Amino acid sequence: MNESIQTFLQLMLSGMSIGGVYAMVALGFVLIYKATGVFNFAQGELMMVGAYFSFYLITQYHLHFFQAFLLALIISAFLGIVVEFLILKPMVGEPIFSVVMITVGLAVMLKGTVSLVWGHDVHQFPSPFISSPLSLGGVTIFRSSFWTIVATFALVVIFILFFRVSKVGIAMRAVANDQRAAQIIGISIRKIFSISWAIAAVVATIGGFFFVNIFFVTPDISYIGMKAFPAAVLGGMDSVPGAIIGGLIIGIIENLAGGYLDKLLGGGIKEISSFVVLILILMIKPYGLFGKEEITRV
Amino acid sequence: MINGNFKTNYEDEIKIFQTTFVKFWLVILFVGLIIFPLVADRYFIYLCNLCGIAIIGALGLNILTGYTGQISLGHAGFLAIGGYTSAILSTKLGIPFWLAMPLSGIMAAMAGMIVAIPSLRLKGLYIAITTFAFGFIVDHLIIHWESMTNGPSGITAPRPSLGVFVFDSDKSYYFIIIVMVILATGFARNLFRSRVGRALIAIRDRDIAAEIIGINLTKYKIQAFSISSFYAGIAGSLMAHYFDVITFENFTLMLSIQYLAMIIVGGVGSILGSIYGAIFITLLPELIRLLTDLFRQEYPSLTTRFADLKSVTFGLIIIIFLIFGPKGLYGVWRDIKVYWKNWPFTY
Repeated sequence: MNESIQTFLQLMLSGMSIGGVYAMVALGFVLIYKATGVFNFAQGELMMVGAYFSFYLITQYHLHFFQAFLLALIISAFLGIVVEFLILKPMVGEPIFSVVMITVGLAVMLKGTVSLVWGHDVHQFPSPFISSPLSLGGVTIFRSSFWTIVATFALVVIFILFFRVSKVGIAMRAVANDQRAAQIIGISIRKIFSISWAIAAVVATIGGFFFVNIFFVTPDISYIGMKAFPAAVLGGMDSVPGAIIGGLIIGIIENLAGGYLDKLLGGGIKEISSFVVLILILMIKPYGLFGKEEITRV
Repeated sequence: MINGNFKTNYEDEIKIFQTTFVKFWLVILFVGLIIFPLVADRYFIYLCNLCGIAIIGALGLNILTGYTGQISLGHAGFLAIGGYTSAILSTKLGIPFWLAMPLSGIMAAMAGMIVAIPSLRLKGLYIAITTFAFGFIVDHLIIHWESMTNGPSGITAPRPSLGVFVFDSDKSYYFIIIVMVILATGFARNLFRSRVGRALIAIRDRDIAAEIIGINLTKYKIQAFSISSFYAGIAGSLMAHYFDVITFENFTLMLSIQYLAMIIVGGVGSILGSIYGAIFITLLPELIRLLTDLFRQEYPSLTTRFADLKSVTFGLIIIIFLIFGPKGLYGVWRDIKVYWKNWPFTY
């Protein structure tokens, strides 16, 4: 195979694996935004907290990684419900500034608390995946990255089915569509709000679990949440498939920019490329690829 | 007998100094500010200077976020542009502080206009995301544009001088900051007595209605962004010349959040509130430091975890104020005042 094509494919593939993590975090944004109208700036922090839960369950309590993973999911679902109950519930009906800022406050607090309790040390996650890379037709990929991509696509299928088939999923769609009408036909909005936060926290934890397999465990991994904004905005803030596709595209763009433009323009292009894309999307197509355009009528 | 502050015409309502009582206390405050550096020790003057810089920045953010309703998560980016412009101009080109400071304000204002462009199409949340991305891009530019910014090691800007006199002590710098704070407060107070200020408030309250009564949204939104970032640029420039060295670490997302915390704690959409909030949030870390020092014997690990304690407290304060006191300290103060004015009656 031509070497430049091989490099390109390599960059694409590793971009897809990191993009998968972005997609999972972005999925959390979209779920909460769709159902409750709140843009959760603490999604990256929820991901970090989830990753810490699974890490400490494995290293401290010596659980098998699969048990630890499931337990971490349950704990973070509970955390999501608690957060919704304590912080978001009093904010219903408040102006958008207050609602946005309260999630920013939550983000700062969560990160501070994790660093306070578990410290700033960088840990290696005891990865359940075999460390030898997988070779796919001339392109190599780490097993952990490979499974991240698989998990991302699995989540897409699960969530599309969830929203199509399950009663809770349909109720969530109803609430997103029209809160008052949903209430009239007997859907408890309060319950839907807590369920959305629980699911968002769970998805974030899944993302966190896969990310620490690729990277390390440190409080700073919450920056992934910031990278997931561009993903959510690119896909359209209220579209589930959009979040996944947006995440993958942002991951690929970032990696390609890092691979090709960094040499030309000096370092740091990789980190800011996603934000440049974000601003461009907002200027050209503010409702993203699959988002529903809001029309204000006077 | 007039037993209250009743207005009988519009001129009365928009007066800056509403009563003789207010005038009297302002004079006392002014005299106090002049005497303060002569009696206080160096540490308190230093804290006071930090508060002054924060007040200018918070006023700027309140003009944009509190009065115009455009949420900015990138205020630190504008401060950084101001600070670095001032530092680069004075170190590389030898431009004196007195020229570099306004230039850095103008530079930040121009950046503000650029950021305003996407905000013309977007509302609420999307502006928060745009400004957030902007702050990030500025931070990365500072780190990687090494030929200009010295990269991660930062720049040391000289202290300002006038003839042979160098403002190198905290005490002398205090006077520069105080003058700037008074100018900034006066301008902001006057802004909202003018057509521009009222237009901004109208945009915040209902942009469509504002447009219908003939307010040019494009023009006023760009104006709001540029005034706000001009303030931030000035604050950044004052920071650059005051600190021994400025690096990208001075201007992270945490700083933007800190400024937002100031206006939330002080009072969104209030000049006095920005001042209260700036002072409160600037002194809060010092209070935490004092407390950790007190408990050092019992919990020696606390002092190393100072930064984490700080962020937990900031987060908590933002959440608590938003839930329990959305009007901020200014609102609390006003409620208390009204309560005692009418005491023993409820109203």
